[in-house]
Amino acid sequence: MKEKLICIGNGMAGIRTIEELLKLNPEQYDITVFGAEPYGNYNRILLSPVLAGEKKFDDIILNEEQWYQENNITLYTGHTIERIDRAKRTVYSDKGISLKYDRLLLATGSSPFIIPVPGHTLPGVIGFRDIKDVEIMLDAAKTSKHAVVIGGGLLGLEAANGLLKQGMEVTVVHLLDSLMEQQLDKAAAALLKNSLEQTGLNFLMEAETAEILGDTKVSGVRFKNGEEIPADLVVMAVGIRPNIELAKKCGLYSERGIVVNDTLQTYDPRIYAVGECVQHRNKLYGLVAPLFEQAKVCANHLANLGYARYEGSITSTKLKVTGIDVFSAGNFHGGKDSEELIFQDPSQGIYKKIVVENNQIKGTVLYGDTLDGAWYFQLMRDGVDISAQRERLLFGQAHLGNSGHSDDTNAVAAMSDNTEICGCNGVCKGDIVNAIIEKKLFTLDDVRSQTKASSSCGSCTALVEQLLAFTLGSDYSATPKTKPLCACTEYPHADVKRVIKEQHLTSTREVMDFMNWTTPDGCHVCRPALNYYLLCAWPAEYKDESQSRFINERIHANIQKDGTYSVVPRVWGGITNPQELRKMAEVAEKFNVPTVKFTGGQRIDFLGVKKQDLPGIWEELNKVGLVSGHAYGKALRTVKTCVGTDWCRFGTQDSTGMGIKLEKLTWGSWTPHKFKMAVSGCPRNCAEATIKDFGVVAVDSGWELYIGGNGGIKVRVTDLLCKVESEDEVLEYCSAFIQMYREEAHYLERTAPWIERVGLAEIKNKIVENADNRKALYQRFLESQKYAQQDPWEERATKGVAQHEFKVLKDISTQQQELV
Amino acid sequence: MVNRINIGTINDIPKLGARVVQSKQGEIAVFRTADDSVFAISDSCPHKNGPLSQGIVSGHTVTCPLHNWRINLETGEAIAPDEGCTGRFTVYVEADGQLFLEI
Ligand SMILES: Cc1cc2nc3c(=O)[nH]c(=O)nc-3n(C[C@H](O)[C@H](O)[C@H](O)COP(=O)(O)OP(=O)(O)OC[C@H]3O[C@@H](n4cnc5c(N)ncnc54)[C@H](O)[C@@H]3O)c2cc1C
Ligand code: HEM
Ligand code: SF4
Ligand code: FES
Repeated sequence: MKEKLICIGNGMAGIRTIEELLKLNPEQYDITVFGAEPYGNYNRILLSPVLAGEKKFDDIILNEEQWYQENNITLYTGHTIERIDRAKRTVYSDKGISLKYDRLLLATGSSPFIIPVPGHTLPGVIGFRDIKDVEIMLDAAKTSKHAVVIGGGLLGLEAANGLLKQGMEVTVVHLLDSLMEQQLDKAAAALLKNSLEQTGLNFLMEAETAEILGDTKVSGVRFKNGEEIPADLVVMAVGIRPNIELAKKCGLYSERGIVVNDTLQTYDPRIYAVGECVQHRNKLYGLVAPLFEQAKVCANHLANLGYARYEGSITSTKLKVTGIDVFSAGNFHGGKDSEELIFQDPSQGIYKKIVVENNQIKGTVLYGDTLDGAWYFQLMRDGVDISAQRERLLFGQAHLGNSGHSDDTNAVAAMSDNTEICGCNGVCKGDIVNAIIEKKLFTLDDVRSQTKASSSCGSCTALVEQLLAFTLGSDYSATPKTKPLCACTEYPHADVKRVIKEQHLTSTREVMDFMNWTTPDGCHVCRPALNYYLLCAWPAEYKDESQSRFINERIHANIQKDGTYSVVPRVWGGITNPQELRKMAEVAEKFNVPTVKFTGGQRIDFLGVKKQDLPGIWEELNKVGLVSGHAYGKALRTVKTCVGTDWCRFGTQDSTGMGIKLEKLTWGSWTPHKFKMAVSGCPRNCAEATIKDFGVVAVDSGWELYIGGNGGIKVRVTDLLCKVESEDEVLEYCSAFIQMYREEAHYLERTAPWIERVGLAEIKNKIVENADNRKALYQRFLESQKYAQQDPWEERATKGVAQHEFKVLKDISTQQQELV
Repeated sequence: MVNRINIGTINDIPKLGARVVQSKQGEIAVFRTADDSVFAISDSCPHKNGPLSQGIVSGHTVTCPLHNWRINLETGEAIAPDEGCTGRFTVYVEADGQLFLEI
């Protein structure tokens, strides 16, 4: 028999948990839901637009009764659970239903706090929480005139705005001298108050309610200072109280909320809790984004998978009053160690503040222009080091040149519809905006697959995300925070890597099964990523899955646009000799290679080779010791060098020798993305070491080590890692750096964006300051190189590996001739 | 006239992989999926003639190695939002694993 799961609370967190659970295992439980409200689950957030007349009740229903039926869920609407008997594992509803559970989910949400002043129970005094409250407000607006909203926070202002739109005269009463003090600083609050006053709202600031007046129903409000104002409706929006009485009554440990651990389990292992009623790591949440994260983790444990963890959320808020743009996130007041970056343009009604501490964003408040809210929020959550972008930060993302195209001074909103956003696929702003609206797209992945924008080089990703935010408004910022690895899964790179290690998964199949991939065999995005993560995690054990590799890495040559291939042998440190050159010339003639070119990486490229000729060419090249240069792989590419002390009058060290040693040590290694190195013999830097992933510049007293450089679309100059004295140290630091990159970067993340994501300090700390850690990384790198340093060309040319790749299955053209 | 021509056995093709048959109609890519279904389509992507046989196979689709269009192996059609179609051929797997192409 199936286990029984009961969910108390038919609201956003509870039902989201059930939905996540059904995705993981639809058959596991007999599910019953009790909800005190008489409807299916609806989108509580959108009560504000309903009140403002911008949406209808029908528009905000999330789960119709039919959904419960289709998923075999028994639903009791209008049933309040009054008691839980934990010993008998039974719940009792106010309408006389009692039911046993194997596991129980508490998702009782919270209730508006009603200030217990005299008169607070009079008809016409309400909170702003559910459909019933909105119905009362809409009725009141039809028959009466004066509304008073107590509380100038997010909810109060949304209520006031709605009532105003419904034609009432509305006064907002606030205890403090500044609106939305939880979300805004004084400057932004003043701008907000000003714009709201212009729409017709009245404000009474620093006013403390003493009594609600009226006999049979509300007629007014009196304040501590004796002032009275008329009122036909009083909406209390002074805060919410988690619904924990039920939990407390059955002895479940609760403080301000029901206390749960990182798996959303309460002190009773059979009982889980999610949503606003929950207290996790001492925090309570009143926004849906964190509740949805909780729901996902909770479902993972209810489904007995047991690997997801909820570690708390950082939240951001947006006020949903049409025409007024406010965004706030994090600690926007700052502390004694923080600085504030402020941009103010009062005549345009724009105010932006970013709080920075240790070169990271700690909080932000935006008023008037909130386009970059999502971006600042992302930088903040990811802890990105912003020192390099600091002067331009306040002008927004579009100003940073992140689009990869030179003319990007305009914010997306100001761009014309035919501005090209994605240069790779020629997609314009208008195409993207239309697709978002017409095809109802919500995520970056949707846009990628529908329009191709941002699906190639990805450098326009930021712009596409801004377009999403700009087109969808708050709906976009409500999408989940962590980007999944690809559309086949909801888990981000970091989770996948962690689970591979923790669960000792050793094949792509195992990962996809264990983590509930939604597609049968993954896709061209996740399969190569999984293959890489697995071989990095288990160098000795993992058997490389060639079918999960992109064709270049499967066939060890670069596919060209006409389906031919290019062959680049390794030229150690860029040093060759007549014998090798003679062989290369011979090969080019023998196989009629159409183009022979010197690469930027000090090697020679044979372009236009037919697939079936590859093993033959390789065999010839192998004869003089030329092996694969991995020019096709997410792998160690070249080590460029200059001539150094051997010949150059400025040379301080043997840069060529150093380069060759580095290449001999590191060749064959697979990395998250391509990895290039260079060694220069003096700071004149003829080998251009300062735009390489790992660059070495010789000086009189030793070697300077540089990391995270990049040529390509967006040039990035390296950061100095440290200076070392001996060649052995160069080798050790280099190996440690590659290994740290191999283990910690996301697949297809080059060193430059990786360093910007984790911060230089983190890397210095693990490699320079912590010698033990460096040596451990170095050892792990050496270990994995034991299995990596086999020439893939030799294996295929003369050792019989993967021969099927190079031969046609059958040539039937002559047979066809005969048959005809 | 339709002919049935033996082109090898199912084990000549790696799972989640493809091999090429040369024919008068040009190169034909013969795919084997994870569930051991076999499909044959023209080895030329409807986008810019990329060699589909070299793509990554998942489910009953292949992703072209040149610009990542996805092609449905059952029909030869590009998967939305892309539009286009490549030639499709009928292949049989006999009980002993022999493959026959109808052409
Ligand atoms: C007007 C308004 C605007 C908002 N705007 C935003 C916004 O813009 N962005 C944002 O992120 N968040 C917003 N929120 C907050 C968001 O709606 C809540 O955080 C979210 O709905 C909480 O989900 P929950 O499941 O914990 O609680 P709820 O959705 O309240 O669900 C709890 C349910 O449990 C039922 N229940 C309680 N006790 C029992 C019992 N004993 N037996 C049976 N049933 C019971 C309740 O009736 C209720 O239906 C807004 C809220 C309101 C009211
Ligand atoms: C699939 C796309 C690409 C292919 C097939 C390709 C191919 C090549 C090849 C064959 C070389 C010679 C390398 C060698 O000697 O080993 C090379 C060099 C180079 N590529 Fe690419 N490349 C691609 C994408 C890129 C991208 C996206 C960038 C930028 C981020 C880039 C930047 C460079 C640079 C800077 C060099 C010179 C290397 C050096 O001086 O050491 N390439 N590329
Ligand atoms: S980098 Fe210095 S040592 Fe090397 S070639 Fe240039 S000038 Fe000479
Ligand atoms: S040729 Fe196949 S996607 Fe472009």
